[in-house]
Amino acid sequence: MPQVEKAQLMSAPEIDRTLHRLAHEIVEKSGGTKHLALIGICRRGVPLARRIALAMRGIDGVEVPVGTLDITLYRDDLSKIAPQAVLQSSDVPFSVDDMDVVLVDDVLYTGRTIRAAMNGLFDLGRPQRIRLCVLIDRGHREMPIEATYIGRAVQTSDTEIIEVRLREVDNEERVVLLDRTP
Amino acid sequence: MTPRIRDLLALEPLSAEELSFLLDQSKAFQAIQRNPLKKLATLRGKSVALAFFENSTRTRISFGAAASRLGADTMNLQFEASSVKKGESLLDTVYTLNAMKPDCLVMRHAAAGAPEFVARHLDIPVVNAGDGTHEHPSQGLLDALTIRDRRGTIENLNITILGDIAHSRVARSDIHLLGKFGCRFTLCGPPMWVPRELEKIGPPGTVIRRATRIEEAVEGADVVMLLRVQTERLHEPAMSASDYILLYQLNAERLRRAKPEAIVLHPGPMNRGIEISPEIADGPQSCVLEQVTNGVAVRMAILFLLIGGAGEDAAETLAEARPKESTHAAD
Repeated sequence: MPQVEKAQLMSAPEIDRTLHRLAHEIVEKSGGTKHLALIGICRRGVPLARRIALAMRGIDGVEVPVGTLDITLYRDDLSKIAPQAVLQSSDVPFSVDDMDVVLVDDVLYTGRTIRAAMNGLFDLGRPQRIRLCVLIDRGHREMPIEATYIGRAVQTSDTEIIEVRLREVDNEERVVLLDRTP
Repeated sequence: MTPRIRDLLALEPLSAEELSFLLDQSKAFQAIQRNPLKKLATLRGKSVALAFFENSTRTRISFGAAASRLGADTMNLQFEASSVKKGESLLDTVYTLNAMKPDCLVMRHAAAGAPEFVARHLDIPVVNAGDGTHEHPSQGLLDALTIRDRRGTIENLNITILGDIAHSRVARSDIHLLGKFGCRFTLCGPPMWVPRELEKIGPPGTVIRRATRIEEAVEGADVVMLLRVQTERLHEPAMSASDYILLYQLNAERLRRAKPEAIVLHPGPMNRGIEISPEIADGPQSCVLEQVTNGVAVRMAILFLLIGGAGEDAAETLAEARPKESTHAAD
């Protein structure tokens, strides 16, 4: 199915500015960063989490541990999605027990990924609190899940696709809105 | 690109790329072995039939643990009490099992090629858990995973295999896998167990040589693989256990000829004091228990790969109609 680019939602400097703002917001609203941890959801949540952690270092030298979580094993649509599923390695090199975890992902859509991520997180321990930070919230939720920190909320239709392209993964840095043309 | 693998019958036909993919996938499951909560719901509602027509304890338990950690159920065919003993044909037995609608069949059989034969008649994935003297793919993969973890690579290593190589499906799977990554092999054991034909079993171009003396075989090795001396076979050609110990046992003095960072593998069960001295079995170079842990991870990866997705038919329907989930598969 051909996809046509309709608009650019964010440029590289805009992504950068947004991540810095999110870093500030998280630090500001966490009430102490002692137990704070960022966990990026594979794949694009991972570089985003790393960049937010880097930005936090610039704020009074706040050092926050970063983990990565692959949610493939926790999906509810595994048997619908692909003939054979491929998983990346999860890597959470610290105990999440009693931690103040911020999950980081690129796009919040149906909410199913976040549901799966929380299940995955509980297998690692019992965090004190879990919050969610996304670069783009595009609506159309199918679960009672909302993000605490949002880079940008965008109104979209069902046929549209939002692609967050990051230099670590895509050799390109921008957010675009695509449409499937029938 | 995900290589498409329907069954896992042997490592010989798989490419280096496919093998690396399987090892990478296993990596993710190794991490789960360290989780406080090891049980996943990924394969909930699926069932795995374990049909071991030949005795096995550890492989069967390992596949069972892999299935249950992924949330799948298992159906166990108990060979000792089964209809096989009553003279039922292999195909009738597996048809019966298949009629109970498992999603995957894991089987071991004393006849080489039996899993492949069965796979031709079933529409579910078949995993070879060891067939005669042919192959033992999951063991080959777990050996490679263990080597890669300890040595950082499986490329261009010197691998020494000691023992009854002629009867060993483990050795064959290891050679087929590691040979594709440029490893060189030295085989050593009593001459009747190391026939000349073994020099030709690897992938084209693989260097396989035979050594008569263990001291010579171990010299400069990166990995020393031991095989179980099948004590029941020892007296078949004339070689007493004490002769075997004298000539072929891996002990500290002999292992010193290998590289200092060399590791020792054994597929188990070990005969302590026969093919391996206790100090080596319990020493820092021994990877025996890591192999067992890695075995569960490798088998989880195999089951996940074969029955974790939507299957072939679903793949076709999905290619056309996949409205909501596209590049951002889940969100």
